[in-house]
Amino acid sequence: MPYPESLVAPMRAEMVRMGATELRTVDEVDAVLGASAGTTLVFVNSVCGCAAGNARPAMQMALGHAVRPDRTVTVFAGQDLEAAARARSYFGEYQPSSPSVALLRDGEVVHFVHRHQIEGRSPQVLAAELIRAFEQHCGVAR
Amino acid sequence: MSGHIFHPGHHELHGVTVVLETSSGLWVGRFDSITPKGVLLHDAGFFEDGVTGGTREEYLQKTLKFGVRATQKNALIPEPDVRRIRQLTELAD
Repeated sequence: MPYPESLVAPMRAEMVRMGATELRTVDEVDAVLGASAGTTLVFVNSVCGCAAGNARPAMQMALGHAVRPDRTVTVFAGQDLEAAARARSYFGEYQPSSPSVALLRDGEVVHFVHRHQIEGRSPQVLAAELIRAFEQHCGVAR
Repeated sequence: MSGHIFHPGHHELHGVTVVLETSSGLWVGRFDSITPKGVLLHDAGFFEDGVTGGTREEYLQKTLKFGVRATQKNALIPEPDVRRIRQLTELAD
């Protein structure tokens, strides 16, 4: 059952402030992830205070790096149920978890951070992992 | 877990993805709590020796890479059956 919108609104806003486009419908998801050219970072947001509470700051740190994906989007697991399920349909064999992060290049998942890889890790460590993935898969610095 | 409390006020493993070993297989899921009826996991998958294809090690390696293939929203494993509980990420190295 979704949480009250008043509770999750700050978590949505945190992602939008760092430049992520929020996808709240199936059509919005398909419009971005169905157009497969380039690199897309997908953050599956969550109300989990500990795991997502570390993952969002990590995303912000990583997106401040010179090399980053062409676009960053976010869906909210447990809140926007259909949009989150649709986004996960683009992740191939990678199983649902939240929070999680998928980096897609030309429509294929090239890097994935599961919830179990977020648990107990600091935002700095997570950001470093994301930056390594950006440098490996996202081409030139901006 | 090095004493790290992931969710204050709960068991130190609450919210953590764990591997729970029993005599017949492995459960992997998000730890909730230890109840009088057993260990409660959420979004759990089960590897059953001799039934699920492959080995325990192969199942764990696939889970580490692709995540937990959950088959049960809630799983309650009787405590006497539990031989060991480890955090999934401990097995990554």
